[in-house]
Amino acid sequence: MLLKRLSEAIGVSSKEDEVRDIIRKELVNYVDELRTDALGNLIAYKKGKKSSPRLMIAAHMDEIGLMITDITDDGLLSFKPVGGIDKRVLVSKRVLVGDDKIPGVIGAKAIHLQKPNERKKPLDYKQLYIDIGSKDKKESESLIELGTMASFDSKYEQLGKDTVKGKAFDDRVGCAALIELMKKDYDFPIYGVFTVQEEVGARGATVAAYDIEPDLALVLEGTTAADIPDIKEEGHVTRLGSGPALTFRDGAMITYKPLLDMIIEVAEDNQIKYQLRKFTKAGTDGGKIHLTQEGIPTAVISVPCRYIHSPAAIMNLKDYQAMIDLTDKFCQDIEKGGFANERVD
Amino acid sequence: MKELIRELVETYGPSGHEDRVRELIKAKIEDKVDEIRTDSLGNLIALKKGKDSSKRVMLAAHMDEIGLIATHIDDNGFIRFSNVGGISPYMLLGARVLFNGETVGVIDKEGKVDDISKLKHEKLYADIGATSKEEAESKVKVGDTASYYRQMDDLGDRLVSKAMDDRIGCIVLVETLNRLENPPTYDTYFVFTVQEEVGLRGAKTSSFGINPDLGIAVDVTLTGDMPEAKRMEVGLGKGPAIKIKDRSVLVHPKVKNLMIDLAEEKNIPYQLEVLVAGGTDAGAIHLTREGIRSGALSIPCRYVHSPSEMIDINDIDNGIELLTELLESSYTGLFE
Amino acid sequence: MEGKRFVAELSNAVGVSGYEQKISKQVAQEFDKYTDEIEYDALGNLISCKRGTGNFSELKIMLAAHMDEIGLMVTKIEEGGFLRFTPVGGVDQRTLVGQEVMVHGKASLQGVIGAKPPHIQSAKEVTKAYKMEDMYIDLGLTEKEVNSQIRVGDIVSIKREFCDLKNDRVTGKALDDRAGVLMILETLKNLTKLKHQIDVYGVATVQEEVGVRGAITSTYGIVPDIGIAIDVCHATMPGVSKEDAAELGKGPAIGFGPHVHPKIFKKLTEIAKELDIPYQIEPSNRPGGTDAYAIQVTRAGIPTALLSIPLRYMHTSVETASLDDIKRGARLLAHFIVEINAEFVEGLRCF
Repeated sequence: MLLKRLSEAIGVSSKEDEVRDIIRKELVNYVDELRTDALGNLIAYKKGKKSSPRLMIAAHMDEIGLMITDITDDGLLSFKPVGGIDKRVLVSKRVLVGDDKIPGVIGAKAIHLQKPNERKKPLDYKQLYIDIGSKDKKESESLIELGTMASFDSKYEQLGKDTVKGKAFDDRVGCAALIELMKKDYDFPIYGVFTVQEEVGARGATVAAYDIEPDLALVLEGTTAADIPDIKEEGHVTRLGSGPALTFRDGAMITYKPLLDMIIEVAEDNQIKYQLRKFTKAGTDGGKIHLTQEGIPTAVISVPCRYIHSPAAIMNLKDYQAMIDLTDKFCQDIEKGGFANERVD
Repeated sequence: MKELIRELVETYGPSGHEDRVRELIKAKIEDKVDEIRTDSLGNLIALKKGKDSSKRVMLAAHMDEIGLIATHIDDNGFIRFSNVGGISPYMLLGARVLFNGETVGVIDKEGKVDDISKLKHEKLYADIGATSKEEAESKVKVGDTASYYRQMDDLGDRLVSKAMDDRIGCIVLVETLNRLENPPTYDTYFVFTVQEEVGLRGAKTSSFGINPDLGIAVDVTLTGDMPEAKRMEVGLGKGPAIKIKDRSVLVHPKVKNLMIDLAEEKNIPYQLEVLVAGGTDAGAIHLTREGIRSGALSIPCRYVHSPSEMIDINDIDNGIELLTELLESSYTGLFE
Repeated sequence: MEGKRFVAELSNAVGVSGYEQKISKQVAQEFDKYTDEIEYDALGNLISCKRGTGNFSELKIMLAAHMDEIGLMVTKIEEGGFLRFTPVGGVDQRTLVGQEVMVHGKASLQGVIGAKPPHIQSAKEVTKAYKMEDMYIDLGLTEKEVNSQIRVGDIVSIKREFCDLKNDRVTGKALDDRAGVLMILETLKNLTKLKHQIDVYGVATVQEEVGVRGAITSTYGIVPDIGIAIDVCHATMPGVSKEDAAELGKGPAIGFGPHVHPKIFKKLTEIAKELDIPYQIEPSNRPGGTDAYAIQVTRAGIPTALLSIPLRYMHTSVETASLDDIKRGARLLAHFIVEINAEFVEGLRCF
């Protein structure tokens, strides 16, 4: 299953190889052109029959993870975060290190040996290590190089009828959805861009948007759902099962209103349940795309995910499928009527 | 000019919703410029052709003001919100705001607050007097914005209002356009930018499109002449300020010197501005493409980002004069 | 000019971010001897070009090192002629008290940074570091004299003389990143004895310390096929472990992480091994902190790398580096440049 394979693949920001290869294999027979660029973005292009509008759809391949920055005398691996990780989720977890996916653990001092006030303070990066079971420093050095990436070891599993858990739904859900969309045919040019390094500053999207110069852009993401105990309704951001979330504004971008209105119209005309992302902070690839050159009308559609930057996130497959349907119907609408950049005069 | 200022500052236009301000300005300048257009972000870009088209000068003043954005309407009709730009939570307590330019709301906080400096937007709410969720939603939807709800007060030489930042910069641009008797030396773009308060966004895309040889932002700056004010050498009524540095830009020495020399030559009072925190559109302009020499003309303003920003009309007059002189000058020393 | 003398002159010279014009001329004078063209862009970046010989002269490699240094700027002239100031770039306030400075107004005046003397401070005050707002510059002049020469916005630079330490180590202010500028010069010198096919752009960038601003615009103008930033990195000392730093004297540190193209990293380490050039690896979990951050995301993306010179006491006026490390870096870069051809460059877009 595509989403399972993508979720379990390892691709920490700047080392997205495994994910890129999966996507490449999936799309090679469906698109007119498949190439990479100087940063490693994977760009899939379908010409279509007309020459406009040129649409770019972006989903990022990278996930948050850890970089090995030192090896201690005992052979333990010191690390630093790549992307925004809440360090409190790290302790007592399993990880996979490097291309060989060497299993390791992020351990902690046993509770028996702790003083009462120790338990109250979160462990800092300087106190956390990955243990791969090495006898000594020499053994670790023979297996691991400085700069190697480690990611959470988390299997993709079904929980309820529609709910699943796994790591990296941010943004493998976007990648999976984009793959499905690139397998369809529309009669205008589409660039399906699988970006790199979103988690460290939307760096892949920055250069891809500059190169492609699309007329409009969509970003498919995984976003926070906080419909959990102790959070009042106004703090939910998004809710599982209420459909894909549309961004009207986030920390990096104010969505181009005519584009947002069009997507809402498409959702309502096709009875696709949707919700608004009720949070105006944090950013996506859209933040960089929309300010490229003279500006590109951009919108973001996201699948709600609980516990998003942790080793085990939870999402609803219906929301995921609805995101694909919504984007598909949107593209069909573009086929019929094009996209009028109304504000520009 | 006071009436023009009143018209502009009292218009509704938080970042992302600058339409009304844009329409107002467009109506006032379209007969005075050679070309006018709006780009996809909403920037209003007007060109006044110069005697010489070999160079381009870009002036930028931002149309957007800080405000709030509705993120949730609760079951009782209260509105939850987040900030648009740097609007501080404690400045909002007891304030009246205006949603969508038409619906008045009152801001208060949940429960008690021990330390006012730790107050966050999440603990505040707006009350528009609705008795139910439905009634509230008929007036304000998630995603709608609100600005401070204040009119301008005329204190004589000094004026107080919300949104002096940066409608006053827009005024300087409009009035400079009015005062130009001859075409400017070079092709000059009067750009009324959007979304400055949320990250200099309009300036980034508009300057990419224009790719000028010189960029000058006109914005407000703080003053240090109030009781126990944070240290700052700029004072109200002492003249427009020529920016040397802020967090977003180190003004090119040639641009700074050009403006200083001109002010001295024409006997226009001026001040020198070093702003320790904060940035302006010049920060975005100067890093466009291969780099653009940029500076800023700053209007001294007290209580910036509060509902009662105060400026001195003489600073505006002198600012307009300096800018007009600049546009008609030969830009000595700058383009060598 | 001999390398050590060049870096000594640069270290002693003044070039605070935004005001690099004067020092850029000193750099230009030396770069001129080993390059074919030199020009400045709108922000003052110095862009020199040494043309390659042969078929690949459409290919470009950009070497970037920043010539600006951190400093201060006058914000107010107090009663008595004392100057208040704000930092330009990341200045550690603890290094300032008692520091000698030069204030550059109509003339360059010498001064000292002062604060309340410890004798008259309370026991509690003495335990805290001096805050920048409480410091001031004393020029030893009357208020009238000060006002006639200095005004708000004038630049203040740290006064420190470069000097030799043992083991080919040197110390001075602004080795961050004048040591990098030296590495570019040494690379250009090396290239005069070798045959290289691609065009080499030696760029002394401006305003790195306030947000890698010069790198943004200079890269946009050049559009290189490869961009290598040359900067300093932390060197180990008590309190700074191996995890966060490289070792002084053990060779230049080759950067690794989101900002570095893996194939360039690989090529650099291969060449270093081949030529027995001692080197270290500098893994970074974030792309930021040097000109590489800006170079990589310019236009449609630039394959980028970072070469760092281990430096102790960064952003103090006693920064310490090893000339050996710089020479080794220059050798590595020169040989890397010689080996680049069209095939290698094309391969950089293949992932």
